[in-house]
Amino acid sequence: MSEATHAADHHPALAHHFRSLPEQKEAASLGMWAFLAQEVMFFGGLFLAYAIYRALYPRAFAEAAHHLDWKLGAFNTAVLIGSSLTMALAVHAAALGHRKKIVTNLLLTIVLGAVFLGVKVVEYRDKFAHHLVPGPGFQFDGSDPRAAQVFYSLYFAMTGLHALHMIIGIPILATLAWLARKGRYSPAYHTPVEMTGLYWHFVDIVWIFLFPLLYLIHG
Amino acid sequence: MSEHTHPARPAPDPGHSADHVVPLGTYLAVFAALMVLTVLTVAASRVDLGMLNTPVALGIAIVKAGLVILFFMHVKYGSRLIALFLAAAFGWLALMLVGTGADYISRGPVDPRPDRPVVPGSPTP
Repeated sequence: MSEATHAADHHPALAHHFRSLPEQKEAASLGMWAFLAQEVMFFGGLFLAYAIYRALYPRAFAEAAHHLDWKLGAFNTAVLIGSSLTMALAVHAAALGHRKKIVTNLLLTIVLGAVFLGVKVVEYRDKFAHHLVPGPGFQFDGSDPRAAQVFYSLYFAMTGLHALHMIIGIPILATLAWLARKGRYSPAYHTPVEMTGLYWHFVDIVWIFLFPLLYLIHG
Repeated sequence: MSEHTHPARPAPDPGHSADHVVPLGTYLAVFAALMVLTVLTVAASRVDLGMLNTPVALGIAIVKAGLVILFFMHVKYGSRLIALFLAAAFGWLALMLVGTGADYISRGPVDPRPDRPVVPGSPTP
């Protein structure tokens, strides 16, 4: 065992079934990546459905997508990428032991996440106002309203589940900020910050694909 | 980059690896690249590239996702086992997309609505 692990042997965060903190962190990372692999399959099914229906109804999808505001979508993309940066900076601060910077960056991540969700609320409200929510009240002035309804079903399923991931992530970030403020995390042990970072970056990646596929269809 | 940059990728050593601290400049550079690529995505969507519209948009998205995975998610600095988990995730995703896609393409005209025969790829009537 390397000398780096000696100090960690009696670290309060070290579970008894691990020999060292790095070993514990490696196990946590693998568990997190297994979870993210499952998430890839989870969203993958929706992307697959999208691909099939868009291939079937290319014109209706392009028409339906024109009712989405690409400016709001682009703004939210920038906001979410910004939140990924602050998340990465929180992990960076934790690795260096800068307690205050961890808290600041986590809070910034929460604020940017909330801005994203706020824009999403504005967008959803607009879809309700214009009868573009799938169901009996759906109205679409285009060549194929039923196919347009399929587009909006996928839009709400994909962006809704994406937003749900953020709604789950924000309280976790808040908890981390609270614990970081109390001094729970150090350069030797900040695995929860890192693992939550992986989750947040994954959510960012999903949006990176959703934005062009939903907002920027040519036609 | 700063002097903290490692010249080469250290050998992955799962049990003992000390935390690799990625230099701050790397994060900022990746963030800048992601923003530029977002602008590029929007710009490309303003131009009619014909058949290439969607492949270009997806290509840019894949590059962006790659940057996030390699640098923000530290896969570039992590163990090979994590890279294997990642490859497995996208490998299974590719199987699902290619397998199902091949099925739909090889079936010929498919529409869940029996009253509306539609050929894949053709404009909706």
